[in-house]
Amino acid sequence: MAQLSVPVVADTPDTLPGRRRGRSAAETARKRLTSPWASLAAVVLAVLWTLPTFGLFVTSFRPEADIKNSGWWTVFTDPTFTLDNYRTVLGSTGQDNLAPYFINSIAITLPAVIAPILIAALAAYAFAWMRFPGKNTLFVAVFALQVVPLQVTLLPLLELWVDLGINRTFWPIWLAHTMFALPLAVFLLHNFMREIPGELIEAARVDGAGHVTVFFRLMLPMLKPALAAFGIYQFLWVWNDLLVGLTFGGQPNVNPLTVALFNLTGTRGTAWHLLSAGAFVSIIVPVVVFVALQRYFVRGLLAGSVKG
Amino acid sequence: MTSIRRHRRSAVIAGGLGVALALAACSSGGDSGGEESSSGSTTTDCADFESYGDLTGKTVTVYSGIVAPEDQPYVESYQPFEDCTGATVEYTSDKNFEQQILVQAQAGSAPDIAIVPQPGLLQQLVATGKAVAAPDEVAANVDEFWGEDWKAYGTVDGTFYAAPSGASVKSLVWYNPQIFEANGWEVPTTLDELADLTATIAESGQKPWCAGIASGEATGWPITDWMEDMVLRVSDGGPDVYDQWVNHEIAFNSEVPTAALDAVGDYLKNPDYVNAGFGDVNSIATTTFQDAGLGIPQGTCFLHRMASFYASNFPTDGSVTVAEDGNAYAFYLPGETADDKPVLGAGEFNLAFSDRPEVQAFQTYLSTDLWANTKAKASSEITSGGWISANKGLDEANLVNPIDKLSVEILQDPNTVFRFDGSDQMPAAVGSNAFWKQATNWITGQSTADTLDKIEAAWPAS
Amino acid sequence: MHLAVAATTTGGKLLTMVIALLAFAAVVGIILFLAGLAERRGRRQTAWLFLAPTLVLLLVGLVYPAGRTVVRSLYDAAGSQFIGLHNYLTIFSSDEQLVVLRNTVLWVLVTPFVATVIGLIYAILVDGARGESFAKALIFLPMAISFVGASIIWKFVYEYRDHIENLLPGQQQIPQIGLLNQVIVWLGGKPQQFLIDSPWNTFFLIVVMIWIQAGFAMTILSASIKAIPAEMTEAARLDGVGAFEMFRFITLPAIRPTVVVVLTTIAIGCLKVFDIIRTMTGGSFGTSVVANEFYTQSFSAGNQGLGAALAVLLFILVVPIIVYNVRQLRASEGR
Repeated sequence: MAQLSVPVVADTPDTLPGRRRGRSAAETARKRLTSPWASLAAVVLAVLWTLPTFGLFVTSFRPEADIKNSGWWTVFTDPTFTLDNYRTVLGSTGQDNLAPYFINSIAITLPAVIAPILIAALAAYAFAWMRFPGKNTLFVAVFALQVVPLQVTLLPLLELWVDLGINRTFWPIWLAHTMFALPLAVFLLHNFMREIPGELIEAARVDGAGHVTVFFRLMLPMLKPALAAFGIYQFLWVWNDLLVGLTFGGQPNVNPLTVALFNLTGTRGTAWHLLSAGAFVSIIVPVVVFVALQRYFVRGLLAGSVKG
Repeated sequence: MTSIRRHRRSAVIAGGLGVALALAACSSGGDSGGEESSSGSTTTDCADFESYGDLTGKTVTVYSGIVAPEDQPYVESYQPFEDCTGATVEYTSDKNFEQQILVQAQAGSAPDIAIVPQPGLLQQLVATGKAVAAPDEVAANVDEFWGEDWKAYGTVDGTFYAAPSGASVKSLVWYNPQIFEANGWEVPTTLDELADLTATIAESGQKPWCAGIASGEATGWPITDWMEDMVLRVSDGGPDVYDQWVNHEIAFNSEVPTAALDAVGDYLKNPDYVNAGFGDVNSIATTTFQDAGLGIPQGTCFLHRMASFYASNFPTDGSVTVAEDGNAYAFYLPGETADDKPVLGAGEFNLAFSDRPEVQAFQTYLSTDLWANTKAKASSEITSGGWISANKGLDEANLVNPIDKLSVEILQDPNTVFRFDGSDQMPAAVGSNAFWKQATNWITGQSTADTLDKIEAAWPAS
Repeated sequence: MHLAVAATTTGGKLLTMVIALLAFAAVVGIILFLAGLAERRGRRQTAWLFLAPTLVLLLVGLVYPAGRTVVRSLYDAAGSQFIGLHNYLTIFSSDEQLVVLRNTVLWVLVTPFVATVIGLIYAILVDGARGESFAKALIFLPMAISFVGASIIWKFVYEYRDHIENLLPGQQQIPQIGLLNQVIVWLGGKPQQFLIDSPWNTFFLIVVMIWIQAGFAMTILSASIKAIPAEMTEAARLDGVGAFEMFRFITLPAIRPTVVVVLTTIAIGCLKVFDIIRTMTGGSFGTSVVANEFYTQSFSAGNQGLGAALAVLLFILVVPIIVYNVRQLRASEGR
């Protein structure tokens, strides 16, 4: 998943696209492109994009021997299905069983999503609506920290966890994800906060409300779409992360699903029946979350990025 | 990195091992699993443990790259120590061990004992300054049960750090005894006979050899083993030249290594000889080492050079019988003459990062013949063998697997000249990087000269 | 339960999680409380209180490691001897490392461009069509899939099985398992080993990234297109502007800033690409990129100096993109 770096553009969440009455430019363009061809092209692209995942889905229900000896598309002429693969990755004992790692992933993801949002919202508010020396420079510096590749932080952070005595627990993973998420989170949330009309805040300030009150009563409620957007983004990032989990987990009680899956790929170079079922188990949660919440995701990101 | 990676078994073993796996799950949870994981099969005589004293309430942590199902015999073999001394041993493992242990050691969060699969990595770990030298009792045990050469692999700059643990024999060629008999093929006893046998099989219209070098980041390592075997065997080679080559006293691109790699190429880069069941020479690069030899019992491939541990890679559904008269077995990769018996092997070492009394006591236990036999018994029961040690006190009667017996016979044969896997001893920049990468390039078309020149160039200056 | 001990049961893990959530919330709560106190006393340090957790975490988690890496890159493999810029010279003089750099450049140039074009075309094609949101969901599905999952999915596309040139009587071809090779066989071609031949194998890996990122591009661009004021397009339409002119002169200029955002975002993602390489080829066959090579050099090949130099190179490569973004930011702030 790419790091997002979305520049500010002024546009309030409320005026965001949605359906407009007139035809949009693209719609016009599409109508003018002789429609059947456009539809055909769209269908071809959609099929191309879906086919690999569909192949995995079918594979995950095929018996081990079939997977090794014939392509997944042969199920249409010679259908044989089994639930054994799922039984093994979800119900068996030992390292093949992904169920405990599923719990680990959940225990990792929730705090690793909520903590950066809370912390970044505070900082973003300061950058957006408070006055202090060096504000602009500091803001650019925070944003620019996106250049730091995660890999270089592994060793120094590990030393820190050891010194703090929290190594081999969830804490290093939570803290690391929080640290890595902050530059983008501060940036995105700041952009949203700037879009809230200044008069509103001034009015509240004149009424004697402090920054704390403004932050709580005014900002947080208005920020919901932004918080949701960033939350979804961070959720996908944390749930799908391999590197942080691999380095800071390092034991079965902490390792997330991706690490368990990675161990499966490594120890069993060819156990595709387990890999395919395992992979599907691991992608089902983010896909459901994403599909269910995509509306917020798009709206949230848009407010930060789109100049109409 | 390699010998652990080479230990990785394919999924097929998982079958029928439900109980063992269940126990593995408990044990990897950190606690030793308490009473239930003690199978009761080991009748422990605590007299052997008296010298360690009472260690009740003490904990020793062990970390390795040996994962399920092979981890369970380890846990099992620690049980007598735990029962008699009162100490708790926590075993954890993951397959990213080789990178993780370095990171953890540097960051100061190393386990008490790491099971290190190569001398090269051992040196890197010692260089972090966090490892501690082995106590005198361990050194004495190693003198008694292993001898000079194995002790040297666990020694860094004159200080002895780590006793050997498991071992494997790499100079083996897998074949199908039933098919050999049906075709009247003989097991070769010299290199020339091996070449003749290969030609004979090829003349029958079939490709004789199968090979696979894909192993994730370590892709290429099986070729480094092939080449090491050949450095020990080609005309001007042999154990002394091998040592010079490993220690970089002769250049990587000098005459003997060149002849050795060319000798490998005579088999692996000959399109008439490979890659039985998989495709052309290039397909060696994309075939996983676990998959490569599965054609032996099926009769789609006839010769496969791979270490002793490959035994546990075959399916356990009853279709494969690993035995001298079964459909899968191995012969010793012959020397130049029938009297030359160079053997390439590898093994693990127990490196300690703490000198607490309980750690030293445990370390000492691991270096005894008692432990080697306990472990061999546990492996025989739980994973049908697949584990041996070069410990001279190891009783063959505790081994059930014919390949394990063959391996121990080879190791204990007085004519055997043992050499440890060279890439495991070379500096990491070569042994865990350039050698693998260039070997991979070599199989996909790069010339022998270019390959060796590039590896030579990658050798660290100091 | 001691917090620094990993829980082993599901309940224990979830309890730890709840405790962590409360702890994080408590930190924020304390800061707000202190800020409230400070404000009532008329102090001006409120802003710094708001910033404190962020700045502390960033200093510890990113700034310090980055600084240490820069210093480390000037030392030799073992970290004992200062060797100046020697590691950087090594990168630029070694064929191997130059291949790594070439691959990285390929990733950064090809992926954002192709993913954006595909995303844009698709966004236009499905805009306003029936079942638009379903059509879009299909394309951005891959975005929700981890790189590890993606690499397994694509194994079933690229997998190769032997092709026998001269079939003996009664012998049959070995069935293909990879979809792409099956398609080639159906079309009468010979199956290929896609991940072996450099540099083409890099393109086959890039395809995976494009597959993941096109959905991101499509989502953002589609929203941006919908935000173009209807009056603009109406007017153009009344003037009888053709479809391509409409796209060229109305749509494209209007969404240009968004296109830039999408391109730079994907480019940064590509610079850091690690998991795809790691899980699909392990960097073999000349497919390694800087982020992967950093990991290999630092943690496998025992050359942390070279690894650090590669990481610094990665910073330097990302800097222009960040600078560009910052300038966009400044420009829009100035409005």
